[in-house]
Amino acid sequence: MSSRFDRKKLCLSFGAILLILLPMLASLCGEPYLISLASRILIYALAAVSLDLILGYGGLVSLGHAAFFGIGAYMVAILAHHDFEGTALISWPLTVPGSDSALIAWPAAVLCSGLLAAIIGALSLRTTGMHFIMITLAFAQMLFYFFVGLESYGGDDGLTLFSRNTLPHFDLSDDTQFYYVCLVLLFVFLLLASRLVVSRFGLVIRGCRENDKRMQSLGFPTYRYKLLCFMIAGAASGLAGALIANQIEYVSPGLMHWTRSGVILVMVLLGGTGTLYGPVLGAAAFLLLEEILSIYTEHWMLYFGPLLILVVLFARHGLYGILAGKGKRYG
Amino acid sequence: MAEPLLRIDKLSKNFGSIVASQGVSLEVFPGEIHALIGPNGAGKTTLLNQIAGDLVPDSGQIFFDGHDITRLPLYQRSHLGLARSYQITSVFPQLSVEENLLLAIQAQRGHSFRFWRRGLSIPELRDDLESSLERVGLSERAEMSACNLSHGEKKQLEVGMALACNPRLLLLDEPMAGMGPGGTVELSKLIRRLKEKTTILLVEHDMETIFALADRITVLVYGEVVTTGTAEEIRSNAIVRHAYLGDEDEAC
Amino acid sequence: MPFYVLMLLIIEQILNGLQLGVTLFLMSAGLTLIFGIMQVINLAHGSFYMIGAYVGATVTARSGSFLLGLLAALPAAALVGMLVEAIVLRRLYKKDHVDQVLATFGLIMFFNELTRIIWGRQPLFMDVPAWLSGTVEIIPGIPYPSYRIAVIGVGLLVALFLYLMFAHTRIGMQIRAGASNREMAGALGINIKLIYTLVFGLGTLLAGLAGMMAGPILAVEAGMGESILILTFVVIVIGGIGSVRGAFVGALLVGMVDTLGRAFMPTFFRLFLPTAHADGVAASIASMSIYILMAIILVWRPKGLLPAHA
Repeated sequence: MSSRFDRKKLCLSFGAILLILLPMLASLCGEPYLISLASRILIYALAAVSLDLILGYGGLVSLGHAAFFGIGAYMVAILAHHDFEGTALISWPLTVPGSDSALIAWPAAVLCSGLLAAIIGALSLRTTGMHFIMITLAFAQMLFYFFVGLESYGGDDGLTLFSRNTLPHFDLSDDTQFYYVCLVLLFVFLLLASRLVVSRFGLVIRGCRENDKRMQSLGFPTYRYKLLCFMIAGAASGLAGALIANQIEYVSPGLMHWTRSGVILVMVLLGGTGTLYGPVLGAAAFLLLEEILSIYTEHWMLYFGPLLILVVLFARHGLYGILAGKGKRYG
Repeated sequence: MAEPLLRIDKLSKNFGSIVASQGVSLEVFPGEIHALIGPNGAGKTTLLNQIAGDLVPDSGQIFFDGHDITRLPLYQRSHLGLARSYQITSVFPQLSVEENLLLAIQAQRGHSFRFWRRGLSIPELRDDLESSLERVGLSERAEMSACNLSHGEKKQLEVGMALACNPRLLLLDEPMAGMGPGGTVELSKLIRRLKEKTTILLVEHDMETIFALADRITVLVYGEVVTTGTAEEIRSNAIVRHAYLGDEDEAC
Repeated sequence: MPFYVLMLLIIEQILNGLQLGVTLFLMSAGLTLIFGIMQVINLAHGSFYMIGAYVGATVTARSGSFLLGLLAALPAAALVGMLVEAIVLRRLYKKDHVDQVLATFGLIMFFNELTRIIWGRQPLFMDVPAWLSGTVEIIPGIPYPSYRIAVIGVGLLVALFLYLMFAHTRIGMQIRAGASNREMAGALGINIKLIYTLVFGLGTLLAGLAGMMAGPILAVEAGMGESILILTFVVIVIGGIGSVRGAFVGALLVGMVDTLGRAFMPTFFRLFLPTAHADGVAASIASMSIYILMAIILVWRPKGLLPAHA
C-alpha cells in the first residue's frame, strides 16, 4: 500500500515539474506554439476538474457543464466589447461600464457562472438519474440558443476580443506569462479541491453519490449540499471560460453547446473519474490526440468514437489509474 | 405507565389496489424492545418505512415524543432522535468503514458546510469515531471499503451507523436476515446491550430471537394489527398461532 | 389584419406544429421505451434519424421513387440499430449512466464522421415526391401541403399501431412484462435479450422513418440528428420516461409550442419594441420557449406529465 501511495506522489510531482518547466522545454525544442497548446490544455483541465467534483465525487452526470464555461467566456468578451466601444453594459438602475481588466472581468465571470449554476442546479437537482442528465443538457442548449439569437453580441458569429485582459504586473498577451497565470490558477484550484473532497462537506457529497436516501435518513438535507457543490463546480468552469476567451481572443455560442459538455466529460473519463488529477491528464490526452490525429486525417473522429467506446468498456479507470495505480479512489 | 415514545394512530397506506397498512395503531414505550412480527406481505417493512419517513401514509398519524411527525421530511427525523437500519444493507459501499461511521457522526454535529479540515482527522470527531468502531467491533476494519466487508460485518456497520446518531428510538428492519447462527447470537447480544440506551422497534422473522429479546410483540397480518402483548401472551395466543405460527396450510 | 387571414395563419401554424409534433413522437416513442425498459441512456438515437434520412435520400435519388427510398430507409435504420445494440449497447445495460453517455457519445462521433466520409460535407436535398407535392384543403379555404398532411397521417397511424400493439398483442405484453420485472419475465420463458433487441430495432426504425420523412422538409446533413435529439429529450422529460402516451402528449405539446412560438413571437414583440430589436429578442425567446416549458412542467410534475408506472 505504501508503494502505491508513493507512486501517486511521484506521478504528481513529476507532472507538476513538467508543467512548470514546459515553456522552457518548448523554447528549447523551437516550438513556441506548444505553449499556446499547453495553455489550452490547462484551461480545459480546470473545466474538467470542476466537472469531476460533481461527477466523480458527487455522482451527478451533468451534460450541461459547458453552459458555465460559455457564460464565463461571454462575460469577459461582453465586458471587453463594451470597454472597447466605450459603451455601458447596463445603464439602468446604475451604470456599469465595460472593462478589460482581468481583476474585474474574471471575478465577474466566476460570479455569473456561479449564479447560473445556482439557478440551473436548483431546478435540475430536484431530479435524478436520466432526468437529471437530460435536463442539464436541455438547459445548456437553451443557453446556446439564447446566445445564437443575441445579435448585439455577435449571435452565431460570435464576438472577437480586441486583446487579452490586463493584469497588473503581467502582460497577458505574452503567451508564456499567460501560461503561468493559467498554471497558477489550476494549481490553486486543485489545492482547494483536494481539501474539499476530504473535508466534512466532501464526505457528505460522496455519501450522496453512494446513496442519497440513506444520507437523508442520517439527517442530511442532501439537496442543499449538492446544490452548493454544483455552484462551486459551475463557478470554476466559469473561470476556465474566462481564460479561454483570453486564450483565443474570441467567443462563440459553440462554447456552450452540449457537445462541448460531452468533450469535457470525455476528458474526465479518459483521465479517470473521481481522481481530481486524472482529468488534467484527460484534458491533455484529448487535446493532444486531437492535434496529432488531425494531422493524419481530417476524419479523426471516426477513430476517436470507437476508441472512446473501448475505453468506457475496458479501461474504466482512465489514464490516472494506469499511471498512479488503481487502489482506492482518492479521498 | 409512562407516556409512549412512539404512538401510531390508525395509519393507512395503499399502493394502487394493494392495502399495505390498514388502520394500524401501536404504542412503543421508552426503554422497551418492541417486536413487529407477521407473515410475509403483512406490511411490516411498509409500516417501518412510514415511521422512518421513507413513505408518506395516506391517512392516520404518527407521534414521536408528542410531536406529530407524520409528514416530516426524511432528513429531519434523525434530529428528533429516530434512526433506522435497513433490511437490505445500505451502507456506503465505496467509502471506508470509518467514513461510513463518520457520516453518521457528522450528521449529529450541526451542519457539514465545512470545507478545509480533513474530516477523519478532526480530534473531537475522531474520538466519537473510535468509540463507534469499538462498539460494533469493527476497529480492525476501519480503513477497509465497506463493499469488502462480510455480510455480518456490513450488518454490524449498519447498526453502528444507526447508533452513532444517538437515537432515542432505533428502528431495526430484519437485522438477523442472512446471518448464520453465530452472527445471530452476537447481534442479539448487541441489541440487548443497546436496550439501556435506546428504545428499539424491531421487525423480525427469527422467532427465537424475538422471544429472547422482545418485551412486547405486535402481530401484523395483511396490514392490520391482530394483537399486541408480552412474549408470553403472544406465544399462547390462539389467533396468532392460527394466523402465523402454527397453521401451515394457511400460510401463503 | 383581417380576422379571417389571422385564423388562416394560426391554423396553418397549428398544422405545422402538429407535423413537428408527430416527427418528435416518432423519435421519442422509441427512445422513451429504450430508456424505460432497458434503463439505458442513448445519445446516439439521433444517428438513426440521420441514417434514415441519408439512406432514404440516396435511394430516392438513384431510383427516382420516394416509396423505394422509404422501403430502404426503414430496414437500414432498424438493422444498424440492432447491430449497434448487439455490439455496443448490450454491454452498457449494467453500467453507470456516465458510461452510457460516453459510449453513445462515441457512437455519435463515429456515425457523423462516417456520414461525412460516405456522403461528403454538403447537405443532400430531397424533393417531395411528385404525387404529394400539391396542396390539400382539409379545412375548406385553407390549402395545406399534402406532404405535411401525409407526415401527420403516418405519425398518427404509428401512434395507433403502437397503442394496439402494447394493449392487445402478446409481444406487446411481453415487452411490458419485461419492463416491469425482468427476472420474472425471464422465468416465464420470455426471451429478454430478444425483446431488448427488438425494442431497440423498433425504436431505431421509427427514428429512421422520422428522418426519412423530415428529409424533404429540412436539409439532410451530418449532425442533423443532434438538433432533433435535444427536442426529443425535452419531449421525454415532459412526457415521462418510459411512457409512450407521455411521449405522444409531450411531442404534440413541444411541437406546438415551438412552432407557434417561432411564428408569432416576432409579431407579439413588435407590439412593444422596435422591429429590429423585437425580432432578435423574439427569436431568442422562441428558441428557449420549449426549455422554459420543460422547466415549468418539472417544477410542477418532476416525473413528467404521464409517467409510466415505476
